[in-house]
Amino acid sequence: MRTEVQVAGFGGQGIVLTGMLLGKAASLHDRREVVLTQSYGPEARGGSSSTNIIISDEPVDYLLVTRPDILVCMFQEAYATLRPRLREDGTLILDTGLVEPDPADARCAGLPATQIADELGRRIVANVVMFGYLVGHTRVVSREAAEKAIASTVKPKTVNLNLKAFATGLEKAGELVKR
Amino acid sequence: MTASERILTGEHFMLGDHACAEGALAAGLDFFACYPITPSTEVAERLSHRMPKLGASFLQMEDELGSMAAIVGASVAGARAMTATSGPGFSLMMENVGLAAMMEAPCVVVDVMRGSPSTGLPTAVGQGDVMQVRWGSHGDYSIVAYCPNSPQECFDLTIKAFNTADHYRIPTFVMLDEVVGHMTERVVIPDAKEIPFSGRKRPSTPPTDGRFLPFQAAGDGVPPMAHAGEGYKLHFTGLTHDERGYPALTPEAHVALVRRLVDKVRLNAPAIVEHEELMLDDAEVVIVAFGCTSRSARRAVHLAREQGVRAGLLRPITLWPFPEERVRRQLRTRGLRRFVVAELNMGQMSREVERLTQLPVLRVNHPGGAMLRPEDILEAVLR
Repeated sequence: MRTEVQVAGFGGQGIVLTGMLLGKAASLHDRREVVLTQSYGPEARGGSSSTNIIISDEPVDYLLVTRPDILVCMFQEAYATLRPRLREDGTLILDTGLVEPDPADARCAGLPATQIADELGRRIVANVVMFGYLVGHTRVVSREAAEKAIASTVKPKTVNLNLKAFATGLEKAGELVKR
Repeated sequence: MTASERILTGEHFMLGDHACAEGALAAGLDFFACYPITPSTEVAERLSHRMPKLGASFLQMEDELGSMAAIVGASVAGARAMTATSGPGFSLMMENVGLAAMMEAPCVVVDVMRGSPSTGLPTAVGQGDVMQVRWGSHGDYSIVAYCPNSPQECFDLTIKAFNTADHYRIPTFVMLDEVVGHMTERVVIPDAKEIPFSGRKRPSTPPTDGRFLPFQAAGDGVPPMAHAGEGYKLHFTGLTHDERGYPALTPEAHVALVRRLVDKVRLNAPAIVEHEELMLDDAEVVIVAFGCTSRSARRAVHLAREQGVRAGLLRPITLWPFPEERVRRQLRTRGLRRFVVAELNMGQMSREVERLTQLPVLRVNHPGGAMLRPEDILEAVLR
C-alpha cells in the first residue's frame, strides 16, 4: 500500500521538520519504505512551505506526490492552493486557529495547534502538536515510532517539551474520535 | 579523530546531497574546495560543518575555476580531493578537468544537475550534462561518471568514485540530479572496516635512487603516483610530456600520451562498467534510464507488464563508460522489438543506444523542470 502525505504551512513553522519526523518514524522505526521531498525554490520565512512524504510497503518507484491521501494545512494560502489535489476520500487536517475552511470542509479534522502550543508555553512546538494529532487521527505511523523519531531529532534539551506537545496532539485526536 | 566521528555507522533518514558528503568522508576525503551552487549546496554545507571537526580542509573558493584547480593541486600533494557543483559551475570547471586528466591527478567532481543550458532552472531538475561530463574539456581523455538514483547510492557511489579515480589516476564524476540530491530516504552506513578502500599505486623505488619516472606506466596504462613533497623529482604540466613529465612537443610523444590517457578507461571498461537491470531476460521493450528518471521507468515496467507487454529496464550506473556490451547482449534476445530511452534532456543518451542497434529507439524526453512520469514512459512502451 502506498500512502501519500502532504504537510503545508509557511516558512518558520517547522513544516519540513514535521515531514522529517514522520518520514524518520516510518522509515527507521516502522521499517516502511519512505521518500521525503520538499518544495524547493527561492522560499523565505513567511512564504509557503510544504513537504511530501510517500510511505509504502514496497520500494517507492515514482518519487512525487500527485494525489495526497492525507493533507495537513497550517496556513490559509496553502489550504487554498493544495486542497484541490487531495483525494476525494482523502483526509484533510487543519490548524483550525489559522485556517478557515470552505463550507464543504466544515466537518474536516483538525485542532488549533498553534493556540495549544501557546498554552504549552512555546508556540514553536505547534508543528509537533499537529504531528501528534496526525498520528492519532490517521495511525499512519505508530506512536512508539513517532516518539523515537522526536527523541532522536530535536535538540536534547527540548525532547521533553516536544514529547509533551506530541502527546497533547495525540490525545486531542483520541478525544475527537471518542465523541 | 576516530573512525566513528568520520564514519557515521548506522541507519539514517538522509538527504541525497548529505549522503554524497558522508560517502566522501567515509572514503577519506582530506580536501574539499568549491563555490556553492544550487542544487549542490547541501553537499558543501554538510562538509563545512563536518570537515573542520575532523581536521580536514574545507575551502570556499572565489569561483569554480579556482575550485577545480585547488583539488587538482591537493590531489598531486596526496590528498583525496573533491568539489561539488551544478551545470553553470560545471561549465567553468571544464578547463581544469582537462588539466586533471593530463596531469593524471585523481579527483572527484560531484555535479548535481538542474535545468539547463546557462543559468536555466536553478531549483528544478534536469539531466542535461550527459555529454558535457564525457566531452566537456577539449581533446581526448577519459573519465568515469557514476549516476546514483537514491541517497543510498549517493553514499556508495561517491566512495567508489574515489577508489576508481585513484586506481586509474583520472577525474571521476558523481552525477546526481536535483531530485536525487534533494530527496530523503533511508541510508545505511556500514562499519568503517566494511567501507571499500583501494588507493593509488605508489612508486616501488625510494626518492633517493633517482630512477623514478613519474609518467612511466605499467601494463595497465597507469603510472605509479609519487606525491609532491616526498622527495621525488616531479614535474607536472598541461603540455604534452614525456615519462619524466617534461614538455615533449612531438607527434610521437603526443600520440603515445593521449592514446594511453584514453585507453586507461577504454581497455579497462569491462572492470569499470556497472548497470542495474530489471526483467530484461524476456523483454520485448527495453527502457534505458538513469538517475531519478530510472525510478519512474521502474514503475513503467511494472505497469506495462500488468497490461501484458514484456518490458524491462536497463539502468546505467556508470553513465560513462556506457554499458554498451549489455545493450549488445540484449540485441540477441528473441522477440526484442524496440528501446525506449527516457531522460531529462533532448536525447543525449538516446544516441548511445541508437548507434548500437537497427531497432527503433523511441525517445521520451524533455529538457527538465519536472520529472518524467511513469505514464509518459509507459505510453512509449505500449505504442
